[in-house]
Amino acid sequence: MQIKNRTAAQLAAELGLEVLNEADGERSITCGYAGDLLSWVMGRAPADCAWVTVMSNVNVIAVASLADVGCVILAENAELDAAALEKAIAVGINIYRTELPVFDLCAKIAN
Amino acid sequence: MSELLTLKYTVHGDNFTGAGEASVSMKRELRQLGFDANVIRRAAIAMYEGEINMVIHAEGGEAEVIISEDKIEIILRDEGPGIANVELAMKDGFSTAQDNIRALGFGAGMGLPNMKRYSDDMRIETEIGKGTTVYMTVLSDSPKNAL
Repeated sequence: MQIKNRTAAQLAAELGLEVLNEADGERSITCGYAGDLLSWVMGRAPADCAWVTVMSNVNVIAVASLADVGCVILAENAELDAAALEKAIAVGINIYRTELPVFDLCAKIAN
Repeated sequence: MSELLTLKYTVHGDNFTGAGEASVSMKRELRQLGFDANVIRRAAIAMYEGEINMVIHAEGGEAEVIISEDKIEIILRDEGPGIANVELAMKDGFSTAQDNIRALGFGAGMGLPNMKRYSDDMRIETEIGKGTTVYMTVLSDSPKNAL
């Protein structure tokens, strides 16, 4: 869904997200998407979205990069593995984390 | 129209960490050539799904991308087990992936449907025990750019 237009850094500050990798804090985030099945996300997530997920392996970074996701937000404090962080830095993906569950986080982003 | 560039990649099987390298590289090349962002996104999604399929089902394969001004042709060749029922494999949600693959977030049965959805033309040649070749074309000028 469409959300209030903010930069990735503004969104992170507003929601009090932990910064795991802020490759481009000025990146404009125009909408949101939630899901953990990578092919589903690949096929449906709009470009420039904030993607909320609990999936945190290296393939998440590849999907985010190829689908032009604006930022990835890991919910429920999902652990990002070292290979995924390395890849996020290499390909320039914004990735944040919060202890909030997916539903609560999405509700906050939408408001 | 004239061909601008041909890219060739080897997709290694059983390597989920490196899966997507060919698609990421292709995306970078398309960006440098100045293609529209929606065209690049469609090509990248279609190619990544094909790449993942080769890793999951066929122990890797070869990818070739022929880039012209008006279209991007993607050819994915593997020597895997072949697809027993292409019509069934094309259905949303149908998957033969194992649980370990699903745990990574793949195997949702969306790979081939996504490839069809994001390309302008897709053709599959497959033979049981011999392998599969998928041909996809992404046009620069297409109503699918609004996807």
